[in-house]
Amino acid sequence: MKSYTDNIKEISKRLLKEDKVDMVIGYRTGSVPLMHQPFFAQNQEEVDEFVWDSNCGLNLANYITDRTERIGILATGCNSRNIAVHIVEGKIKREQLYIIGIPCKGMVDRHKLSAMADGDITSVEDENNGSITITGQNFSKTVDKAEVLQENCSVCVHRNPVIYDELAAEEVTEQKRDDVDPYARVKEIEALSPEEKWAHFDDLLSDCIRCYACRNACPLCYCPLCFVDESNPQWVGKSIDHTDVRTFHFLRAYHCAGRCTDCGACVRSCPVGINVRDFTKKLEKDCLELFDWEAGLNTEQRPPLDTYRPDDPEEFIK
Amino acid sequence: MKNLLEHMGIEPERLHFSWISSAESTKFVDVATKVTEAAKSLENKEKKFVKTKPKVA
Repeated sequence: MKSYTDNIKEISKRLLKEDKVDMVIGYRTGSVPLMHQPFFAQNQEEVDEFVWDSNCGLNLANYITDRTERIGILATGCNSRNIAVHIVEGKIKREQLYIIGIPCKGMVDRHKLSAMADGDITSVEDENNGSITITGQNFSKTVDKAEVLQENCSVCVHRNPVIYDELAAEEVTEQKRDDVDPYARVKEIEALSPEEKWAHFDDLLSDCIRCYACRNACPLCYCPLCFVDESNPQWVGKSIDHTDVRTFHFLRAYHCAGRCTDCGACVRSCPVGINVRDFTKKLEKDCLELFDWEAGLNTEQRPPLDTYRPDDPEEFIK
Repeated sequence: MKNLLEHMGIEPERLHFSWISSAESTKFVDVATKVTEAAKSLENKEKKFVKTKPKVA
């Protein structure tokens, strides 16, 4: 995807040169492989640090909350939807943004790649032909990118940005819901008995260290004071007692209901590899089924939990 | 909310949502009775979302 990087640099330099924006938010190579870091380029020289490949998994919409500058920002399908959510929720104005749309071919799952490697991965080469080469001490391995895609990317049905001012590449073909079932995993869990479900989530969360990386990486989690940090009243215990852990994950997911775009930043940022999407994807499915709603597809419509309609589903109230 | 709680493994019998006016005392009694009966009917008596360890301040 070298041409993506070149196009992104070219557009960013032009925007900064013409003084259309104060900064461009993109990615640069991070200090560890497989995780490019978000980067704010404020002049044309800094733009040269920009990079684009399959390791740009963090959601850039996280960095525009309440900003007052004029911002150029890279946006894949899910990132652009999160930007739209930000606009709807009044966290940024559309006029402030120049959105560089990036038709996305998916990001790789660093946990999957690490599991495949015979040691620590020191460098990653994105071949731009659908294969990824990972290299470390005494080993080098080329794998099919489709096999190591993040799960949310492999079932993504909105790869092209929904709002943008300019595209950095040709639009890519969208996957259809008939071909890939985005909710296959949710359905698997739904089919379990209550005991099995409880056990599944117990097991899922058993490694959680309550670092809140998932919350911090999430563009939706912008509350100045998160409910887990509040001490008066203290809504939830701060221990790693499994009840506290579950309460945190359950409530955080619920706060994202009807807003989550399944960008996968939570999963990607988790240091212990918890599939946080087991919570959020269920809510996304419910929103689609109950309210015919997908988050961030436009900048006008209020989210379903923010509005009242006389025909809202209420079968659960007796 | 109900869906996600059930998704996490809370039995449907434990979850009840109802709209009761302060004037509807009989409805309240009725619902409360049904809720307790439903919860007691469960085979699995394991308590969920109950902390056993002391709360860390």
